[in-house]
Amino acid sequence: MASSSSDEEFRQWIPFRQRPEWSDVKPLPQDDGPSPVVPIAYKDSFVETMDYFRALYHGDERSFRALSLTSEAIQLNPGNYTVWHFRRLILEALEVDLQNELDFTEAVARGNSKNYQLWHHRRWIAEKLGTIATSKELEFTRKILSLDAKHYHAWSHRQWVLQTLGGWDDELSYCDELLEEDIFNNSAWNQRYFVITNSPLHGGLKAMRTSEVSYTVKAVIAYPENESSWRYLRGLYKDDNHSWVNDAQVSSACLKVLSAKNNYVFALSTLLDLICHGFQPNQEFRDIVDALGTPDSDRQGSDLAKSICSVLERVDPIRANYWRWRRSKLSQAV
Amino acid sequence: MEIFGDMGELAAEKHVEYILSVEKKKDSFESVVMEHLRMNGAYWGLTTLDLLGKLHAVDVDQIVSWIIKCQHDSGGFGGNIGHDPHVLYTLSAVQVLALFDKLDVLDIEKVSTYVAGLQNEDGSFSGDMWGEIDTRFSYIAICCLSLLHRLDKINVENAVSYIVSCKNLDGGFGCMPGGESHAGQIFCCVGALAITGALHHIDKDLLGWWLCERQVKSGGLNGRPEKLPDVCYSWWVLSSLIMIDRVHWINKEKLVKYILDCQDLDNGGISDRPDDAVDVYHTYFGVAGLSLLEYTGLKAIDPAYALPVDVVNRIFIGRQSKKES
Repeated sequence: MASSSSDEEFRQWIPFRQRPEWSDVKPLPQDDGPSPVVPIAYKDSFVETMDYFRALYHGDERSFRALSLTSEAIQLNPGNYTVWHFRRLILEALEVDLQNELDFTEAVARGNSKNYQLWHHRRWIAEKLGTIATSKELEFTRKILSLDAKHYHAWSHRQWVLQTLGGWDDELSYCDELLEEDIFNNSAWNQRYFVITNSPLHGGLKAMRTSEVSYTVKAVIAYPENESSWRYLRGLYKDDNHSWVNDAQVSSACLKVLSAKNNYVFALSTLLDLICHGFQPNQEFRDIVDALGTPDSDRQGSDLAKSICSVLERVDPIRANYWRWRRSKLSQAV
Repeated sequence: MEIFGDMGELAAEKHVEYILSVEKKKDSFESVVMEHLRMNGAYWGLTTLDLLGKLHAVDVDQIVSWIIKCQHDSGGFGGNIGHDPHVLYTLSAVQVLALFDKLDVLDIEKVSTYVAGLQNEDGSFSGDMWGEIDTRFSYIAICCLSLLHRLDKINVENAVSYIVSCKNLDGGFGCMPGGESHAGQIFCCVGALAITGALHHIDKDLLGWWLCERQVKSGGLNGRPEKLPDVCYSWWVLSSLIMIDRVHWINKEKLVKYILDCQDLDNGGISDRPDDAVDVYHTYFGVAGLSLLEYTGLKAIDPAYALPVDVVNRIFIGRQSKKES
């Protein structure tokens, strides 16, 4: 958690007891209870900062020096709820320009951005600033996501900004951009689904289906081992199995991947799902599945679904029990 | 467990020593950072000790008196003495007291009023007075109130429908509506639905398949597609699979081996991945995961309440059953 830059800051750190502006404060040590079960030894600077913090917190001193003390305490340990909480009280009392607070949170995020308190604080600021914050928030999350494209907090914040403050205009092309960088990015696929189902600009899932299906079919054919794109494809037909089963684009995508005989687990499982939902496979599907079976394996006769389960059980052995269960469910249905 | 053959063993005694020593360590940066969440640390460490059958190695009275000092006037608990209350630490405090059969030291009305007061109109829960909303807090609040027999203080129907609104196309759940499915959030949502008797809202086959897709070649589990495996998901994924009755879909032998490979055999403790540094958090999840896998010599853990089964039985069935079993 300690970055090298914060180590450098420590070297220049002046203890509070040596700073004249703090001479009137009596530091308040952490009470670890009677002969603590878990005695904790703190780094000196941390101990002293927190002692002064506790003194001001218990005295409820909402001053500029208290604000700067919370900055130091947060830099030392951004995970402490109480410090952030007190900081918000101070910010409210002093009526500070919250634009500066955005800069502060960005500085904290540079050290460690995987921290619930930081993001909650950021949301609190954005909520207060309102729509004037929209573009800054989208830019901020974009910056974080450029370093870690699956950053859970950044995505949550971004979704909240879009829904609360707006700024949907470029979101779908942002998803395109991220998926172009990494087609396996499940967060970007999730965001894509979030956009097409929530954005006021696109008319909803049904209106988007045709273009989204052709986009996704290209993606599954290019990288058939991609769990995320296959699930997205299925999600495009939410609550509409009929269209899913009857859309030739889906079954022919399966066929194309199966013909290549490479990384076909998801194609095969999609075909299995299609059959279970009433899809009528032609001879071409049968021939291809037969070709994937081992030469000495039993011909499963006309039951294509069972053959598919056997192939999956063999090629995805870690989930063999799952595929066996799928197979057993087929016989129950008959 | 003969089926696991000679794949290595759980260094149980080393882990006990590690847990007992870790919080006494001076000068570690980790302990500094842990100060504000000492209550969570106490839960992870003490539950691990209990699963290993060594809870008696600690001084109960000392711990209980410290926990009581962490309680705030509002009824909620802070992560340490003098810290602000948060539902995260409130559940840990209740869980630790439950481990010691000391729930009677609590003013249950007060604690449950604090937790119930965090429910919002849409059924969601905030973590504290500052209003951060997350399905983690739904689980925590529901679990906590259930352990205190006070679920009637919240609107369960709304709580359930909020969780269901966080369900995704892959059958999983995120931190809020639209949020990406994540094994940790899935545990919270499935756990909350299990406790409230609302598992019928889950597409078990779809979610079960997504969860078993989390197992990677090494045998470990990840929390989202294309992410690295981590011992903590042995808990989040496995407990969810058990609650929806689909745990046989993963390869248990390979997972046991993965967890055992993450042990520090010299100094005790378990890490996120083989050869990484150990910590209390991953030691807890590793041991809890092995408990869910019915590893020999470990107490059984309840997948929804994240407490040993005998502790949960004591709370819901009464003292009698403990003696009988």
